[in-house]
Amino acid sequence: MTVLQIVLAAISAVIALWLVVLIVRDLEPNDYLYAALGLLEVGMIALLVVGLVQVAGDHGDVNVAAYVGYLVGSVVLLPVAFLWSIGERTRAGTGVLLVAVLVVPVLFLRLHQLWAAR
Amino acid sequence: MSRRSASTRTGFGRILVFVYGVFALAATARALVQLATQASTAPVAYALSLFSGLVYIVATWALATDRRRVALVTICVELTGVLVIGTLSHPDDIDKASVWSDYGNGYGFVPLVLPFLGLWWLWRIGRPNSDG
Repeated sequence: MTVLQIVLAAISAVIALWLVVLIVRDLEPNDYLYAALGLLEVGMIALLVVGLVQVAGDHGDVNVAAYVGYLVGSVVLLPVAFLWSIGERTRAGTGVLLVAVLVVPVLFLRLHQLWAAR
Repeated sequence: MSRRSASTRTGFGRILVFVYGVFALAATARALVQLATQASTAPVAYALSLFSGLVYIVATWALATDRRRVALVTICVELTGVLVIGTLSHPDDIDKASVWSDYGNGYGFVPLVLPFLGLWWLWRIGRPNSDG
């Protein structure tokens, strides 16, 4: 994985732990958590830009459609999770954010696999 | 927190709908990429792949809008799909794989667990309340 992906995966892991604590203690997410999610989203957008530049360049046999699909999916994931979670401000709503944050490293793994097939 | 859920989209259902939504996107996008880039390689497998995406889309919609009968039928189709495709598929047919191939091995077996969770959830919340 790239450095950016590893950093973002680490941020997702920290946010995931944070969300688990919130769920266990039955607390609503606060602004700091939303700021952390915002930071993660900015990183995902950066990843999309970097990925698009990579694909535009020498990309060998990379499955471009799948690669771009995963990049776009990773940018869409957190905003959708956020909107769906604020519809219900309970543990379940927080759980939606947890699922989304856990999906992030899986997307990176797929991106890595697709790029490694170059 | 232990309030009884009034709808298939509240409580645990909130999380379930999101997971179904993720799979609706993943399965459909995957099928469209397969059909767009290599349709002639395995048209039947890719058509099944698209079918799995449509099943997830309908299940997501039904669970999110509290349409329990539609959700029940769709999730039964999903369960049948993952069991039949999982049994018939060969683990090494990577290029021909759909989300359901090899019981969803490529997706951490979540496609195999998801219909059971869905059926459990529908059973758990029961019939809709007429008084809402």
